[in-house]
Amino acid sequence: MFSRRYDLRSQPGFGFITLFTFFALYLPIAALVIYSFNDAESLSQWGGFSSRWFVAAWNNTAVQDAAIRSLVIALWAALLATTAAMMAALATTRTQPYRGLTFKYALINQPLMVPEIVTAVALLIVFSRIKVWTGYSGLGYLIVAHTAFCIPFAYLPIRARLESMDLTLERAAADLYATPWMTFRHVTLPMLRPAIIAGFMLAFVISLDDVVITEFVKSGGQDTLPTYMLGQLRRETTPEINAIATVFLALSTALVVVFFFINKRKQ
Amino acid sequence: MSGAQEAALAAQKQDIRSRWLLSAPALLIIFVAAIGPLFVMLFYSFMVKGDYGDVKFGEFSLEGWTSVFFERDIFDDTLGLADAHLSIIWRSIQLSFFTTILTVILGFPTAYFIATRPPHTREIWVFLVTIPFWTNLLIRTFAMQQVIRNEGLLNTALLWLGVIKSPLQIIYTDTANLLGMTYVYLPLMVLPLYASIEKLDFRLVEAGYDLYATRFQVLRRIVIPLVKPGIIAGSILVFIPSLGAYVIPRVLGGGKNMMLGNLIEMQFGSGRNWPLGAAMSITLMILVTAALIIYVRNASRGGNGHV
Repeated sequence: MFSRRYDLRSQPGFGFITLFTFFALYLPIAALVIYSFNDAESLSQWGGFSSRWFVAAWNNTAVQDAAIRSLVIALWAALLATTAAMMAALATTRTQPYRGLTFKYALINQPLMVPEIVTAVALLIVFSRIKVWTGYSGLGYLIVAHTAFCIPFAYLPIRARLESMDLTLERAAADLYATPWMTFRHVTLPMLRPAIIAGFMLAFVISLDDVVITEFVKSGGQDTLPTYMLGQLRRETTPEINAIATVFLALSTALVVVFFFINKRKQ
Repeated sequence: MSGAQEAALAAQKQDIRSRWLLSAPALLIIFVAAIGPLFVMLFYSFMVKGDYGDVKFGEFSLEGWTSVFFERDIFDDTLGLADAHLSIIWRSIQLSFFTTILTVILGFPTAYFIATRPPHTREIWVFLVTIPFWTNLLIRTFAMQQVIRNEGLLNTALLWLGVIKSPLQIIYTDTANLLGMTYVYLPLMVLPLYASIEKLDFRLVEAGYDLYATRFQVLRRIVIPLVKPGIIAGSILVFIPSLGAYVIPRVLGGGKNMMLGNLIEMQFGSGRNWPLGAAMSITLMILVTAALIIYVRNASRGGNGHV
């Protein structure tokens, strides 16, 4: 080591704890991924390298159904949540404070303030009654429930972007006889695009990850990938579940990496 | 009032009306699928339980609420404390508290270390904290399960090293819940702490050293008081989801080491006592709100006037 000058900022042992933290954060995930390539029937021993559990998971119709259902719900929920959140963001930024503005903020962020399990059982109560009344028990309930808790996540980046934009360009467009719709379509929307993409991706990941609310709202045979996995964890698990988890992990990590770079480019 | 003023006022009214219209879809969805059901649940907590789950509509009773805390003796019909419920509620509070402490112990040095790296490397460290944060909670819980179970990574390593003779029974204990929650919620502590330490004015630290403070004194008397809002924000972000944890105790704690979230689920499943489950859910919300109030009070006092 070179002799360093007295570093004001360093504290003894902090570097070591940091190393431990990162080790602790990544070791379990690494182990999970490594064991998805395990050839053995159980997770207790290592039977050599193999990708057979990925093949098994791929060919498992229950997994296929759950994966497709997860994607369908996440796409709908992200689409609806981003649209609603964008409109709400336009309505709550770049304005003088008006009556009801605080109420809107509170309502939009409300899903973040309540423990998931509480929302989940409340939805169970309401939706089970509606299911009896209407006889409809499709994916609609899950999509609406997911949209609700995705809205605050989609709202966040869009609102942040709008707050850093002033109204000059929109006013200029209006001065040039653009209709409000044309102004929105050709001025506001292009400037908002990165934030809308970011919001959509956040909402998509949040919906894809949800376990608790889905578990309580779903009707029979409506497993998503996470609830399917939760069900599997009750019994003796094979590396197949590791394989599913690994693919899931790769997908959400990829989304986060893309999100990170979109954010970086914006800065 | 002049015509121009009137016109401006009308335009403003029009603007506010269109703003309500624009926010209507978001507000409506949240009302239908988030906040509205909470009111329905409140209503349900005062009804008579149905024989096969659900409630007897229109028949009211306080039974749901009293049985959160008390239970009726089968023989002489007297009320006694519901020990099973109370111990689970108390366990949830304790476990959430210890989880918060553990995440501070690990998270504070980590956040401090990251915040004192050169700006360019900081971003990478923060990114590395963010990835587990966005990884599915269930998958992380499952990963933890594989580490701590009897034939898991931890026991295998300790046996191999000769530290222990037989595997440690960690899984299906409170320790498993504690480890799992610490692992899963750690990023929620590191990120706000980092945000607050990053803004720290290190000239104050320098001044401390000039006045012959030791490293520990600087940490204890300068750094920690200044980043207190960050510590409180992180604590609340960890404490609240811990209190309502459902997946982690279900996977790691097993049947015996339930937390409040699992107790609530039971009332809607095998317990078939929806009013009780509803009352318990509202109890959980009250606990969370209490924690939030303590947070807001402390946050406004924190930071010693230094921003």
